Amino acid sequence: MDGVRSWFGFVLDNRSGILERTIEHATIVLGVMLAATLFSVLLGIVVQNRAAAKQLSLSTAGVLLTIPSLALFAIFIPLVGIGNRPAQIALFLYAILPILRNTVTGLDAVDPAVVEAARGMGMGQTQQLLRVRIPLAWPVIIAGVRVSTQLITGVAAIAVLVGGGGLGSYIQRGLTSLGNPFSIERVWTGTVFIILLALSLDLVLGAIGRRTTSPGLR
Amino acid sequence: MSEMTTDSMGATDATDAIDAMDAGPAGMVSDRDPTDAPVMIHLDGVEKIYTPGADPAVEKLTLDIHKGEILVLVGPSGCGKSTTLRLINRMIEPTSGRIIFDGEDVTDIDPNELRRRIGYVIQRIGLFPHQTIAENVGTVPRLLGWDAKRTRTRTDELLDLVGLDPSEYRDRYPKELSGGQAQRVGVARALAADPPVMLMDEPFGAVDPITRDRLQNEFLRLQAEVQKTIVFVTHDIDEAVKMGDRIAILRERSIVAQLDTPARILAYPVDDFVDDFIGSGSTLKGLHFERVSGLDIPEYPVVRRDTSREDARRLLEASDNRWLLLLDERGRPARWLNDTHLADTSRPLHEIGPVVRALVERNATLHDALEAMITSSAGQAVIVERDGTYAGVVQIELLTEVIGRMRQEARKHYERLEAAQESGASSSGSGA
Ligand SMILES: Nc1ncnc2c1ncn2[C@@H]1O[C@H](COP(=O)(O)OP(=O)(O)O)[C@@H](O)[C@H]1O
Ligand SMILES: [Mg+2]
Repeated sequence: MDGVRSWFGFVLDNRSGILERTIEHATIVLGVMLAATLFSVLLGIVVQNRAAAKQLSLSTAGVLLTIPSLALFAIFIPLVGIGNRPAQIALFLYAILPILRNTVTGLDAVDPAVVEAARGMGMGQTQQLLRVRIPLAWPVIIAGVRVSTQLITGVAAIAVLVGGGGLGSYIQRGLTSLGNPFSIERVWTGTVFIILLALSLDLVLGAIGRRTTSPGLR
Repeated sequence: MSEMTTDSMGATDATDAIDAMDAGPAGMVSDRDPTDAPVMIHLDGVEKIYTPGADPAVEKLTLDIHKGEILVLVGPSGCGKSTTLRLINRMIEPTSGRIIFDGEDVTDIDPNELRRRIGYVIQRIGLFPHQTIAENVGTVPRLLGWDAKRTRTRTDELLDLVGLDPSEYRDRYPKELSGGQAQRVGVARALAADPPVMLMDEPFGAVDPITRDRLQNEFLRLQAEVQKTIVFVTHDIDEAVKMGDRIAILRERSIVAQLDTPARILAYPVDDFVDDFIGSGSTLKGLHFERVSGLDIPEYPVVRRDTSREDARRLLEASDNRWLLLLDERGRPARWLNDTHLADTSRPLHEIGPVVRALVERNATLHDALEAMITSSAGQAVIVERDGTYAGVVQIELLTEVIGRMRQEARKHYERLEAAQESGASSSGSGA
């Protein structure tokens, strides 16, 4: 009980710092997600009806996810220096697989009769894609974006280890000062606010998903 | 004055509509020769080979489709019907041969533009699930750049045309429709930009038999109104017979086994393949194509309320029939009378004898007449005028005669064709 009270005390005393770190964290996540969504959806569209390319890109994205995060973060330091940059690149690579896989799955699931009808009425490739195939795959694509966002929000805590910002800094300072006052509170602060951020982003994406999905698909 | 004109025109339209309906749900009897109309689509030695070295899916097909006709392509599954259809709107490209659409070689037209000029209906419909019914129907108009108002007016008009109340269905989504309603929307969508030609690939194949029958009837009524040139694919010979102005029976590799009106195909299948394909009961089906009004009806002995028993008996003895027909005071068929009835003096004649129930109008088909005959206690059907007054009696012998005549006429038709072909072949041979 005491621990909880002292944690709330710590949070209250440091609220402006926490807010700043949260915004930093959210900025990293959102920037990465924007780039990763664009990239993965486009890649998904390109590879979806090419069996070999589809297989290759999905396996590659899968392999990227298995690389230990610390290593992946560090790999880019020699290339882009320390700071947020190497973290962003690593997070970007992690974010690809769920979106790519869902884009491909979503497009695969579009009823061929619907595409046949679209083509038969004189829609060109691009029109078929933009007016029919993407809108139909959209609920699945957005689900992939949500999964990636959750994943990235958690992993972004490590950004601090390569010189980046974000809520990870509370966890890192807490862990390196174990035994000192407020070390546990710091770890909890980082963890809890990362979870809260992830939940809020998911809520927002959920709302966007509902707003952008046709009632005919629900 | 102008109002009066409008009114009288309205009245004419209404009578026409009733006439069209009277022609029977299927509107099966048609006297017009579909090949009199100009050619709308001409296939010239069209061939499609999917896999090099394999058998062609369509082999050197030459075929004319005339303006305003429903040409049905019918044949066993896998014989190349869909392939043939899809060649017309360039969903697939022919390996060789040419397709002329309304005077233009289709390869000279941009495929997307071509497809916007051809309605396309497929068995699995392919409505866009994320769009409302109105948006679905408005697809081609939007592609053609119509403004929103014009598209909307047209959409409502089409929903009306296919029997869906626009105010109720316009804003619904496809998932809220039954199979039959979805296919109606599919037809409306294909008609949206008023294309002169419709390609329909087993459009009613996925619905239950009752709904299918209703959709077929509605479609025929609609076609009577819109007069499109239609290529209609089915594997069901009954559907082909019902829908087609002409039928092309296809064997494997889309080779035409017989191409003719349903009546002539049923009366005279040219070979065993066609005979097997149209199956048993083709003679009965053929009766759909002849009308009672076309019959040469012999005299039949009738008596009236005021005819004496004596006169009636003499009349019956003088004829070769077993039954007299008694008419009521307004000249409508009332009862059948045989000699037993005439001998029964306990009641007046108009109270004995079986009541006449098997009535057919002049514009009924012989199939209707046969059905009436089978249910009649006298084994014969009574023809009546529109007002119900007596016009004649059809007997089974007459039908037998008609069937024989139909067969003979069809055979003669083919003999003439063959003769013409032979002389054509020999003249072209000598020219070469
Ligand atoms: N896209 C395709 N690739 C290869 N073969 C095909 C293709 N489409 C149809 N075929 C073959 O062509 C033949 C005719 O098919 P289809 O036109 O669909 O027949 P139907 O519509 O009469 O059932 C069949 O043997 C079928 O397997
Ligand atoms: Mg087919």
